[in-house]
Amino acid sequence: MSGPNTNYDPVEVSALDPEVVESNVTVALSAIAAANSLEELKDARLAHAGDKSPLALANREIGALPPTAKAEAGKRVGQARGRVGQAIKERQAELEAERDERILTEEAVDVTTATTLRRPVGGRHPVEMMQQLMVDLMVGMGWEVAEGPEVEAEWFVFDALNFDEDHPARQMQDTFYLDPADGGLVMRTHTSPVQARSMLERGVPLYIVAPGKAYRTDELDATHLPVFHQLEGLAVDKGITMAHLKGTLDHLATQLFGEGITTRLRPNYFPFTEPSAEMDLRCFVCRGEDPACRTCGGTGWIEWGGCGMVHENVLRACGVDPSEYSGFAFGMGVERALMFRTGASDMREMIEGDVRFDAQFGLEV
Amino acid sequence: MRVPIEWLREYVDVPAGATGLQVAADLVKIGLEEEAIHGGGITGPLVVGRVLTKEPEEQKNGKVINWCSVDVGDANGTGEPQGIVCGAHNFDAGDTVVVVLPGAVLPGGFAISARKTYGHLSAGMICAADELGLPDDGSHGIILLPQRLGVEASDLTPGQDALPLLGLDRETVEVNVTPDRGYCFSIRGVAREYGHSTGARFTDPVLDLNSRAPEANASGYPVRVDDDAPLRGNVGCDRYVARIVRGVDPAAPVPAWLSQAVTEAGMRSISLPVDITNYVMLGLGQPLHAFDLATLGEEIVVRRARAGEKITTLDDVERTLFAEDLLITDGGERPLAIAGVMGGAESEVSDTTSDILIEAAHFDPVSIARSARRHRLSSEASKRFERGVDPAIAAAAAQLAVDLLVEYGGGRVDDGVTDLDTVVPAAPIAFDPQQPTRLVGVSYTDDEVEATLTAVGCVVERVEGARWNVTAPSWRPDLTTGPDLVEEVARLRGYDQIPSILARPVAGRGLTASQRYRRTVANALAAQGLSEIISLPFVSDELHTKLRYGADDTRRSTVRLSNPLSDEAPLLRTSVLSTMLESLKRNIARGFKDVGLFELGLVVAGPAGTAPTERVGVHPTPEVLAAIRDAVPVQPRHVAWVMTGDGERKGWWGEGRSSDWSDAVATALGIGRVLGVQLEVAQADVAPFHPGRCAQIMLPDGSVIGHAGELHPKVLTTLGLPPRVVAGELDLDALSAFAERPGVAEPIATYPQAHSDVALVVDSGVTAAVVEDALHRGGGENLESLALFDIYEGEQVGEGKKSLAYRLFFRSPERTLTTEEVNVARDAAVREVDKAVGASLRGA
Ligand SMILES: [Zn+2]
Repeated sequence: MSGPNTNYDPVEVSALDPEVVESNVTVALSAIAAANSLEELKDARLAHAGDKSPLALANREIGALPPTAKAEAGKRVGQARGRVGQAIKERQAELEAERDERILTEEAVDVTTATTLRRPVGGRHPVEMMQQLMVDLMVGMGWEVAEGPEVEAEWFVFDALNFDEDHPARQMQDTFYLDPADGGLVMRTHTSPVQARSMLERGVPLYIVAPGKAYRTDELDATHLPVFHQLEGLAVDKGITMAHLKGTLDHLATQLFGEGITTRLRPNYFPFTEPSAEMDLRCFVCRGEDPACRTCGGTGWIEWGGCGMVHENVLRACGVDPSEYSGFAFGMGVERALMFRTGASDMREMIEGDVRFDAQFGLEV
Repeated sequence: MRVPIEWLREYVDVPAGATGLQVAADLVKIGLEEEAIHGGGITGPLVVGRVLTKEPEEQKNGKVINWCSVDVGDANGTGEPQGIVCGAHNFDAGDTVVVVLPGAVLPGGFAISARKTYGHLSAGMICAADELGLPDDGSHGIILLPQRLGVEASDLTPGQDALPLLGLDRETVEVNVTPDRGYCFSIRGVAREYGHSTGARFTDPVLDLNSRAPEANASGYPVRVDDDAPLRGNVGCDRYVARIVRGVDPAAPVPAWLSQAVTEAGMRSISLPVDITNYVMLGLGQPLHAFDLATLGEEIVVRRARAGEKITTLDDVERTLFAEDLLITDGGERPLAIAGVMGGAESEVSDTTSDILIEAAHFDPVSIARSARRHRLSSEASKRFERGVDPAIAAAAAQLAVDLLVEYGGGRVDDGVTDLDTVVPAAPIAFDPQQPTRLVGVSYTDDEVEATLTAVGCVVERVEGARWNVTAPSWRPDLTTGPDLVEEVARLRGYDQIPSILARPVAGRGLTASQRYRRTVANALAAQGLSEIISLPFVSDELHTKLRYGADDTRRSTVRLSNPLSDEAPLLRTSVLSTMLESLKRNIARGFKDVGLFELGLVVAGPAGTAPTERVGVHPTPEVLAAIRDAVPVQPRHVAWVMTGDGERKGWWGEGRSSDWSDAVATALGIGRVLGVQLEVAQADVAPFHPGRCAQIMLPDGSVIGHAGELHPKVLTTLGLPPRVVAGELDLDALSAFAERPGVAEPIATYPQAHSDVALVVDSGVTAAVVEDALHRGGGENLESLALFDIYEGEQVGEGKKSLAYRLFFRSPERTLTTEEVNVARDAAVREVDKAVGASLRGA
């Protein structure tokens, strides 16, 4: 700390000489300007604005001046120190900006290296996603989702659905029977038993879809799975006709496969519907316009599933009066719909569990 | 059913030039779906040729070829004889043959061109039957046209198109016949349907045959039906026509048209008597059986089999009969045939047969279906009988067979005619003529309905203002109810008439909570890097052993398939994880080292009962319904996951981290968390997990819903999997049921958080879960959360001890906590641990 100077010393007072002050400022400014880094600037600040710098020392001498000289010297030195301080501040800002810029440049990375994934990629099974998509379209129309067991009573799978035990249709189902074979239990061959369960449990009117697994004793190959997924639909209400069946299927087909893809009904036979129909789908590849189309064989139509008006015996078995209510039902393969939608061609890929099968799609199909 | 178009033409007016494709398109419209189109496989010049010269030339290898010149008229464009090399020898110069010329394509895409062979330029081929896809006619080589066609050589002109001569321009449409349309297992039935579809005129061949068939008389062969155990009240045989033709030459040649018809319809041409019975069956739909009269006694008796009785059938298999089987017997004793299924070897027509008894019968479909099923013997006859044969055509069919045996077999027909007929005519259906409109959604007038049903063959008795009486024709046993008739109306008027109207359901409830939760869980697992799979749910006792399930593990008790795809996997799974490991292995084998899989699916978790049943169309009583439901085993939905290799890989960024037991447990907790359930964890020792690295996962109420951890090393080596595979499985239904309640929002406290660390020395056997429970209890309501940040075992804490270091986070909803308050709460937490499991503060 500098105390008041009681002894006047003309030599020391020369530090307050205007020329000396000005020359110190000049030296300081050029040193500041010459500083090329924040470190050099720090050195320059210590040398020219620090406690030991000529201007600081000069400032200390002011106290020794006669009162008349104090004001002028004070002003002079103060302005000089102000100019140096300002120069330091400006240079500091410049150098900091340069440093920040440099750091950002130095920190740059090759962002394309991030494509190598650190974690395995997960995904939903496309069949599940397809089923979900189909369910959502139906739910969006107000339908509800019903479910049932896969090991099921024969009565629900066959008898309730008007499959007489001696009718050839029952033998054509390729059924897995549970041991003992006369115990009345099977693996459901379709999700249609959920029809019967729903009518019994919920009563009518009823609009449900039943998604899920079905089982047939088919050997595994590119077009057959012993376990596959089905979406069954059932509407029972007053005044239901085949026109409602056709309208609902057309809507579903358009939503799933695109504008202009409608369905065609042609006569077929199913024990649980009468009248029965096969639903064909307008070929989504050629839309019926290419006689050489390989997808539809040139017919313009692709087989999609079975449907029809619920057989009176089914309604009766489920406690519904067929003179009051009518209904339609349809069933379609989810795997097949997935093949139509995505071009997947080998059904075996759907149950092998290869992670690449899911990875193609992520969480949507 | 294969339908040769030329045969179809005999009963219905198929337009000239109609192709197989067009006929198939017409049939599909009314419900006969195309399976295939056969024939029409030859294109290009196939012509009549006359062999001018035939010079045998011996080759170096000893083989003799014939260098021929053949007159093919102008068919080769020059009129000059065609030079052809031929390897066959069953012809001579002067013979009239079939020549295929360059440019033609034979069946199988075999293109013909002129080529250099055996030192000659051979421009075409002299054809054998098999090369043209034709049945052999006995020549065993080159076709000799006049002999084959039964014409004079002078009737044939060299260069003439041979395709129509050989019927090679003919096509056969194969259609799929649905189980309700048994009558379409005949050309007669398909022809009728073709008429319905196109309006072409149908001529029922049965009408003419019936008019020629004589009445039954007393001199007919004695036949008696003695059914002491009718099935479902239906006698096994309600019509039996027997006719006898004597002096038949069983070796008489089969006329070309007959063998062609039978062959085109998909059966083998065997002998005249066999071909005739098959021809009648294919044409009219009536299966016939031909007995060698010499092997029969005095009387045919149709009766049920006696248990243990045996018969050797035509296929030379000795079969033990079932008491329900319907038999044709000799005098009630010796079985001659399993009725409607297959004949016996002893009474079959042989090459020494002279007198033939033709059987044209009608059998109960149920009886035939059961016999065919029991004997695993589906014959052309049983296929038709079980779907329903027209009972009104037996006499006509027998007449046609008799006619052909007389004409081509040189036989004489007996005057005696047997026709046992107890057929009950179909009862009329009380039919509401508005029902088609009501069910189909197209307005049909009464006249349209009547006309359509009449066209189908129904007898319609209109009653104004009331239900009509509609009687189905004899060939349509499937028409028994109103909706059956509705389908006929809709089908014949055209399904393409049906408008498209969107059904408007009553507003629904959306997805159920459990359905939503399933998606949430699956999406969360996928986002975590796991791939969803769908595995086949079939397992075996051996797999359960490999998974180290104990002898009394409940997961061993499940249902067994009586007809599994593979005897190696006859059981239904009780664990989803159990069927996923195969997929894991497959991924590893395909080069993927770091794999995470998950699956949601049903498992069997309870005993199966015996389910009663009820006849079709009958609503079971509540008791029966309850028994049906109760017999079905409980099948909850599980979620399982399995991970191997690095969960975080190593790479340019540095080291990776393999998934370990804690990741498997964290996955379980994560599943709970996404459903808003704080699952709890406790130590367990359950197969297939490592006994020291197995966590049981519990609902907050303490019920165990699954396990997670590292798989037992022995399980992994036994299954051929790499070490340290981790996995888990939860009962998703149990979790969903618990989660199914709206969450309660707590206010978010905004005062500052304070924390305090404690290192607790406890016995090595004490689990973190127990310590944390105690900390929570003692820490009071301001203990917001805690985190285990260090575990230490070693000399600093002494043998049999470990130190668990926790950071405790405190926050009050009302104010900023003072250091003093935090310390008091912390000390209380520590005291609670000490009380529970005995603990000291490390370093204290
Ligand atoms: Zn197409």
